[in-house]
Amino acid sequence: MSNKKTTKNQSLLEIKDLKIEGFSDEFWHPIIKGINVKLQRGEVMGLIGESGAGKSTLGLAAMGYTQPGCRITGGSISFDGQELIGMPEHKKRKLWGTRITYVAQSAAASFNPAHRLINQATAAKIRAKISDEKSAKEDARELFKTLQLPEHNTIGDRYPHQVSGGQLQRVMTAMAMSPRPDLIIFDEPTTALDVTTQVEVLAAMKDIVKEFNTAAIYITHDLAVVAQMADFIKVLRYGEEVEQANTRIMLDTPEKEYTKSLWSVRSINKKEEKSDDIVLSLKNIDASYGGGIKVLDDVSINVSRGKTLAVVGESGSGKSTAARVITGLLPQQNGQILFNNIELPKTLRGRSKDQKRQIQMIYQMADTAMNPKQTVGEIIGRPLEFYLNLNANEKEKRTIELLELIELDETFIDRLPSELSGGQKQRICIARAIAADPEVIICDEVTSALDQIVQEGILKLLMKLQKELGITYIFITHDISTVKAISDEVVVMFQGKVVEQGLKSQIFSPPHPKYTELLLSSVPEMDPDWLSNLISSRN
Amino acid sequence: MHPVIKTVLGRLAMGVLTLFAVSLIIFSSMELLPGDFGQAILGQAALPETVAAFRRELGLDQPAIVRYWQWVTAVLQGDLGTSFSGRNASGVDRSREVVDLVLPRLRNTLFLASIAALIAVPLSLLLGVTTALYRNTFYDRSVNMATLTTISFPEFFVAYLLILFFASLYPIFPSLANVDSDTLFGERLYRAALPALTLTLVIVAHMMRMTRAAIINLLASPYIQMARLSGASSAEVILKHALPNAWAPIATVIAFNLAYLVVGVVVVEVVFVYPGIGQLMVDAVAMRDIPVVQGCALIFAVTYILLNLLADIIGIITNPRLLHPR
Repeated sequence: MSNKKTTKNQSLLEIKDLKIEGFSDEFWHPIIKGINVKLQRGEVMGLIGESGAGKSTLGLAAMGYTQPGCRITGGSISFDGQELIGMPEHKKRKLWGTRITYVAQSAAASFNPAHRLINQATAAKIRAKISDEKSAKEDARELFKTLQLPEHNTIGDRYPHQVSGGQLQRVMTAMAMSPRPDLIIFDEPTTALDVTTQVEVLAAMKDIVKEFNTAAIYITHDLAVVAQMADFIKVLRYGEEVEQANTRIMLDTPEKEYTKSLWSVRSINKKEEKSDDIVLSLKNIDASYGGGIKVLDDVSINVSRGKTLAVVGESGSGKSTAARVITGLLPQQNGQILFNNIELPKTLRGRSKDQKRQIQMIYQMADTAMNPKQTVGEIIGRPLEFYLNLNANEKEKRTIELLELIELDETFIDRLPSELSGGQKQRICIARAIAADPEVIICDEVTSALDQIVQEGILKLLMKLQKELGITYIFITHDISTVKAISDEVVVMFQGKVVEQGLKSQIFSPPHPKYTELLLSSVPEMDPDWLSNLISSRN
Repeated sequence: MHPVIKTVLGRLAMGVLTLFAVSLIIFSSMELLPGDFGQAILGQAALPETVAAFRRELGLDQPAIVRYWQWVTAVLQGDLGTSFSGRNASGVDRSREVVDLVLPRLRNTLFLASIAALIAVPLSLLLGVTTALYRNTFYDRSVNMATLTTISFPEFFVAYLLILFFASLYPIFPSLANVDSDTLFGERLYRAALPALTLTLVIVAHMMRMTRAAIINLLASPYIQMARLSGASSAEVILKHALPNAWAPIATVIAFNLAYLVVGVVVVEVVFVYPGIGQLMVDAVAMRDIPVVQGCALIFAVTYILLNLLADIIGIITNPRLLHPR
């Protein structure tokens, strides 16, 4: 139902000097501080920035929607000539789901678990009486086909939990497309997906937006992704516009320092070092949860002392399971683990205190890996007391030393996790791992939840600590640019098997095994033509 | 076999096991009761020989394990034993079967419970959904306040207030709810009105607040925001998107309150002189009539287990992940 009232020189969406505040800690804080947007029909705007920049708030505001706890304090939002600020709810609802649609970050969480997919995908269209149920469903099946969903005629009859994440994201795109809206808001639609899946979803979204000449706002923190989708890019920081430019210009010659820093992780490049001194060795490990399907199948990995081994793979590849087996949380069914050439007992219970001390872990979510009721001093002090039997004085002294090591001052000792930023939390987790004075630290996706600039800081810190303390890292990640940045050696895993292991330079230079090739080629590059070239080369 | 049927059968087996454990607990707690039935009936002056003979007659002289076995096997055949009361020193046996004592009382209790449930459950669901829909409004606050008030007063107080208003000041309903097996349905309904109303007032708050909380809890889910952004109205969001995912906690709290209607209403029964099973049990405890106490306790246990099983099953069949496995 596209209303063609728009005259040629009128923008589809025009946001002027928009100001939004959010309520927290008993005060209203500005989230959006006067932003202007102009979007024509068929245009795609990329919205990029770190978490807290206000991207999602701005994206939702383009629909005239504010999240609970937020309020619009100034400016105007004009969609196709209609002012959305102050428009009564029931009028806005007539636009939502039909003329403006929304694709959420996590499709898995954004579909109602209680209803079949096709009913959810067609609900808005049927409610608005754009078409009857039968033709709406037929059209949805056609869209499923356009988006290359498998079994497009029956997939809609499934429930959300019966469909994979990448497929759900495509179903959600079909849902957003089904009323042929004038504007779609994509809010980090591929962030939760694996790279190989991301490529397919991106290609599908790009095609369909072009096919129906739909305008879109594409929100992401990944510049390489937005480069594929957007006609022009707007960079946000702290609720303000940093700069806006045509995509190609933005990529080639970003003007502002901040924009350049957004892809700074890609600038770290550790020189690889070879070593034959093996500290930890997995030999022919099989493992499964509850005796079902093998999650690890004949996995053999060697870890060199004092070096960084990156274990890379997508979800379901078994990389986190490997970490659980090494730490003894999940006893393996077959095979053995040698630590300094001595076999480690399978179970955590069977291992001595010293064996436990030697292998420490750092987790993806620093938030949930710390007890929110304990101070930093207690969190770091616990391994000092448990493994090293330090008394109160020694403990405090050592804690302060460790804080220095992670580049935080001693005033942090009395703080609670809730008083720390994301990067600081992860630093405390690093300090806790080092406190046990381990030989090996397993880092499980430790930077995945962090913004690019914070990621860079954490990675640099880990490298510094390795140099000073000679720690060995097993670095589990799905992010190829992180692997390139910090590893000496790389293990590629796929469906519970090791595809290849070798020095970074070997893994990243051709010829590649088939899966490595697919994985590496799926990593988005800072080239607006990358996606189109890739798709045409794959067909 | 469909996994849901499998799960349900598993729960059923667990229920049987629980019932067995409960029967053990009931029996052993009877053993722990102070005093002796024989002594109590025959009086302090009775000769020890007389008491011993009396005990022998009732089978109380046998070891506990034997008596437990006899009791359980009898119960499995539908025989709850013979009441102790009715016997006395004179030697004339006017005792009755426990089943004959319990059944009419149970029927009365179930009748009262059904009336209260038929009013309370739909009412609390309606109030729960509407307060969730109009949350933080005057309506929401008034309903919350009203239901909280009724639950805050002791049941007997609510009962006496109702008697004061509806039986004394405005004599619409009778203050006594004495029914017997000959009472006709309409008359029964009329007499049970005030006790049923009392029970309704007591249980509505819990169910209504739980329904409201279960729904509001879900309103922060991403799929609720998605539904809003797809143009769904508030009513549609609550009824179509939140409620279907909230049945499990709601069913649990409803089962809990229905069980209360059967096993916890003795105070209300006493106030209205309603011949329910609760009064029977209290009387039996006072008389140390062990077979009756055991029989009632077992019925209460079965009620709890069945209702909770039902809530579990509702939780399972409203969960698409269990109903439609991958």
